[in-house]
Amino acid sequence: MIQKTQEKLLEIMNLKKQYDDVETLKDISLDVHKGEVVVVLGPSGCGKSTLLRCLNGLEEIQGGQIKLNGEVINADKTKWHLIRQKIGMVFQSYDLFPHMSIIENILLGPTKAQGRDKTEVLAQAEKLLTRVGLLDKKDAYPRQLSGGQKQRVAIVRALCMNPEIMLFDEVTASLDPEMVREVLDVMLELAKQGMTMVIVTHEMAFAKAVADRIVFIDQGQIAEIAKPQDFFNAPTTERAKRFLNIFKFNEESER
Amino acid sequence: MQDLGINVIFEGSNLLRLLIGLWVTMRIAIVAIAISVVLGIAFGIVMTAKNRWIQWIARLYLESIRIIPILVWLFIFYFGITKVLHIHLGAEVVSVLVFSLWGIAEMGDIVRGAITSLPVHQRASGRALGLTDLQIYRYIIIPQAVRRLIPAAINLATRMIKTTSLVVLIGVVEVLKVGQQIIEVSILKTPSASFWVYACIFALYFIICYPISLWSKKLELKWQNQ
Repeated sequence: MIQKTQEKLLEIMNLKKQYDDVETLKDISLDVHKGEVVVVLGPSGCGKSTLLRCLNGLEEIQGGQIKLNGEVINADKTKWHLIRQKIGMVFQSYDLFPHMSIIENILLGPTKAQGRDKTEVLAQAEKLLTRVGLLDKKDAYPRQLSGGQKQRVAIVRALCMNPEIMLFDEVTASLDPEMVREVLDVMLELAKQGMTMVIVTHEMAFAKAVADRIVFIDQGQIAEIAKPQDFFNAPTTERAKRFLNIFKFNEESER
Repeated sequence: MQDLGINVIFEGSNLLRLLIGLWVTMRIAIVAIAISVVLGIAFGIVMTAKNRWIQWIARLYLESIRIIPILVWLFIFYFGITKVLHIHLGAEVVSVLVFSLWGIAEMGDIVRGAITSLPVHQRASGRALGLTDLQIYRYIIIPQAVRRLIPAAINLATRMIKTTSLVVLIGVVEVLKVGQQIIEVSILKTPSASFWVYACIFALYFIICYPISLWSKKLELKWQNQ
């Protein structure tokens, strides 16, 4: 891993989120440093996806602050579309726009939202597509691609906006197992190149390999934060231990 | 030997009069369709708003247009409202007005259906890229919605064209009325006049509506292959 700075890119302070009467997130505080990869783990319904959606304003928060590069970003609702250009997000349901070709999908954000010159964006897009091995598909339409290919395109589409931080919301959860690996490889390479990432995933081996820190969320609160080796080998909290047991299959019949 | 019925159509200026009547029909339909498309799209977008009052008023409008027959609406406007408000509106104006109200309601529902049938995540994807709501509508939602609503919209247009025959009952001299006039004159000499005149009108409506149908199918196929 390249040397990480201590510079804080994203600061989450006392974030609270409520759906009707249910407190989905109760007082989350977390700092993400530049170049760091944070993996968020937790049981279903614990609020991890909601947390990611709060970070780029897709969900409104009822309390707390989010700062990007020291500036508060959740104060003005009307400015979110500008902030979102700096925060890239890839979803579980890829959601490429079906009426546009792959290259058109990638060019839409940079040319329309950022007003960049088309030839410059095209060059960047083709370079990124080559890196993920999909340059030959640039004029194809989304329905002609497999799930893994679509997800890799979704990552390229987000990267072309030149974000400072990338959020990944269970991006391999709806993929067939053979295609999961090709997407995870792209994310590993991204991490090696120093992109700041917040990843929500269920792929434990991947989490262990890519994370600088593991954040374990349970019932809307951060239960444990640790380095991957510490978290997976010696979790300190009961809840974390119970969670990790779900993924273990004991061969000896000890119970 | 009695005249072959079909001659009625080509006698004198009968065919010309039928075509002029057809033009009156088309005029009403085209203007009403144009107004319905423009305002219907706006109405459709309004119908997707979450405000409960807007939903309620929109539904009320749509259901009244659907429940009450168009003919009754024509009578209400032509004989009723003009008397109550003391304004004189020509029959053609009333026709365009009523058909526009009908078209806007139906078109709005079609547009609303097309927009809400798009997966919700499309909008989230667009927002995550930093596009403004206007940009999302323009580049992502509208292009896809248009593809989905073309068949229903064109079907509405042909239905409007056919229903214009009702306006004869508020006195507009359109193709059906002209047909009746021709029949009245020729019926003694040519007993089968009614058959041939109506057959001719049938053909005229067919010539107008069928190409529109074919064009709609062509568009559907073209967009399905994309």
